[in-house]
Amino acid sequence: MLKTFSLGGVHPAENKRSANSPVEVLPVPPVVSIPLAQHIGAPAQALVKKGDEVKVGQVIAQSAGFVSANIHSPVSGKVAKVDQIVDASGYRKDAIIINTEGDEWVEDIDRSAILVKEITASPEAIIKKIGEAGIVGLGGATFPAHVKLSPPPGKTCDVLIINGVECEPYLTSDHRLMLEKGEELLVGIRLLMTALNVKKAIIGIENNKPDAIAHMEKLASEYEGVRVQPLKVQYPQGGEKQLIDACMGRQVPSGKLPIEVGAVVHNVGTAYAVYEAVQKNKPLIERIVTVTGLSLARPANFLTRIGTPISVLIEAAGGLPDDTGKIIGGGPMMGKALTSTEIPVTKGTSGILLMPQPLASRKPVDPCIRCSKCVSVCPMGLSPYLLMPLAEKAIWDRAEEENIMDCIECGSCSFTCPSSRPLLDYIRLGKAKVGQIMRSRTATA
Amino acid sequence: MNKLIVSPSPHVHSGDSVQKNMYGVLLALVPALAASVWFFGLGALIVTLTSVLACVLFEHLIQKYLLKKPSTIMDGSAAVTGLLLAFNLPTNIPLGLIIIGAAIAIGMGKMSFGGLGQNPFNPALVGRVFLLISFPVQMTSWPVPIAARGAYIDAVTGPTPLSVVKEGLAAGRPFSELTAEIPSYLNLFMGQMGGSAGEVAGVALLLGLGYMLIKKIVTWHIPVAVVGSIAVFTGVLHLSDPQAYASPLFHLLTGGVLLGAFFMATDYASSPMSKRGMLLYGAGIGIITVLIRIYGSYPEGVSFAILIMNAFTPLIDKYIKPKRFGEKPAVQKA
Repeated sequence: MLKTFSLGGVHPAENKRSANSPVEVLPVPPVVSIPLAQHIGAPAQALVKKGDEVKVGQVIAQSAGFVSANIHSPVSGKVAKVDQIVDASGYRKDAIIINTEGDEWVEDIDRSAILVKEITASPEAIIKKIGEAGIVGLGGATFPAHVKLSPPPGKTCDVLIINGVECEPYLTSDHRLMLEKGEELLVGIRLLMTALNVKKAIIGIENNKPDAIAHMEKLASEYEGVRVQPLKVQYPQGGEKQLIDACMGRQVPSGKLPIEVGAVVHNVGTAYAVYEAVQKNKPLIERIVTVTGLSLARPANFLTRIGTPISVLIEAAGGLPDDTGKIIGGGPMMGKALTSTEIPVTKGTSGILLMPQPLASRKPVDPCIRCSKCVSVCPMGLSPYLLMPLAEKAIWDRAEEENIMDCIECGSCSFTCPSSRPLLDYIRLGKAKVGQIMRSRTATA
Repeated sequence: MNKLIVSPSPHVHSGDSVQKNMYGVLLALVPALAASVWFFGLGALIVTLTSVLACVLFEHLIQKYLLKKPSTIMDGSAAVTGLLLAFNLPTNIPLGLIIIGAAIAIGMGKMSFGGLGQNPFNPALVGRVFLLISFPVQMTSWPVPIAARGAYIDAVTGPTPLSVVKEGLAAGRPFSELTAEIPSYLNLFMGQMGGSAGEVAGVALLLGLGYMLIKKIVTWHIPVAVVGSIAVFTGVLHLSDPQAYASPLFHLLTGGVLLGAFFMATDYASSPMSKRGMLLYGAGIGIITVLIRIYGSYPEGVSFAILIMNAFTPLIDKYIKPKRFGEKPAVQKA
């Protein structure tokens, strides 16, 4: 029996249409828009102004706190303006817009394809480099990577878990990365292990990617302490807590971080970015993005510069299908619906999913029939059927008692509900409110 | 380009629906219906048809003319209630009583609480128990299987195995002697005994449960807890005195245990939401059933047991929560 996490979970149709499409390098676009808030935490502070000349890899915005990240120019050219644009959140946010001229890189970036296996940097140097390179969690959570590598005092980490699960339907960027950049990825994992001073790393990969499992197992045999853990296909296995449970049988307690059970989790994309930053001195200026959808002519995986408008990617994948009803940044379970095709690719964009009508619309809502399927599928063991009315009726204290803050917003409840009730919509609202109340309580205490 | 839809995640849905679940239950009841028609013939057809039509009609009328809302009969839940009510009635019951039962089941048991998903008690059982208390004679005359096939009201009647054994044991006769007067365990399992329309054929009910489990309409928790607790309770009594108490197999195969455990106790709206709650609720039904059967005045107690535990459902949901992630202590250094 294959391992998986212990509570709940669903199995949406996988639709990994682009799984066999090798990563294609997309040409540098004529204009890029680079939002300053591409990560969880404080938005970066712009270091450039209109008219400045920039090179590829040059820092254009600086980390603005402990939980924040640098941003580097993905192109060479001239800063057109620093202005507000609509980003993936749907709000207007600060961004740097650059008109591309040529493709001139900062000199000390190693752009060769030669594999640099030998690790010379010290743990401190590795963490510093990761921070400087602006690396954030590339699975979509975009938490600054260097913060996770500095465990709080008194906590120790004994296992590094690498997330190669890619449990979101449709997405294949991590899958392709493992197949095409396996060696680099493993060096990245060794770097992370060195930084954390751990002897063990587990790469969790779901069983719907047998080629990636076989390939990584073969390569990993030459890297001491690194092993592959094949996992049963089950959403949301890519959730940090679920993945630790699946790989090691350790459950992170409510309200705590993975470090509580001695684990740190990083995505395969993040590990690859770490390799490039430390071994090749290359900051995070590009990423692999899956462009897919049921009606799309040519689902593909593109290596694209950050800041590229998604319209460029959609065009390269065969153009926007006429029946498109919704454009999603990320996967169908946790991704965000985008408001236009001019939104740029950011560090956290793992995919662009084009949903055809009528799949893009929600079904009419029926009354709750108390079938308890939402309870069965909740990976956190919550009662979505109860949390929804509590949030609807603004009974915040009861929602807190019912552990609303444990919700990881995976959407399994809304996905499953036979009455198509908007369970997660209300739970999100409740989490925001209850979180606010809890913070104000500690502030006044 | 069309206008883009912007809504929060998740952006996909399983495709499950209220209809799929309700029609799934109806389909799961087809084997039991076939067995009922096989054993009770005409009476089974008349009772089932009347009950289903009456329940659907009452829901339609109440929704449309009393509540002035769109009709909800297409969701299939009224048909489920109608079929289950019929399955809990003897097949020689007069039409008028079926219609009264349907009016009580739908009107009082379901719509008065707000309709689909809101009923605290199983509507079909509300209808059945109302009839049982109001019309005890008509509700406890049982057509003899196969012999009653061609007739409806005037069908040949006889005792049920449960009443034979209950009266026999009360008269001080040993269980081993009474087993000669009732059908063999195999015939009990196949359904060749007196009883309500849909409760007799254990094999057909088991098929239906299998279908519901595969289709994930219900989970195993409630059926297993009801059957398990009855087996354990009656097993202990039977072992303590094999002549004074009937065997667990006898208790499981007779009366409405299987119909109740698989189809009545698992009613979504009136049963608990957490797995642990379901186990407790099922065990409660089993224990109360045995208490009524052995110490009560009725030979059968499944309906009452389910209704009593329905009343505890809100309390169970309040105090028994699903198992939370991280509840088991984190094992350090595995």
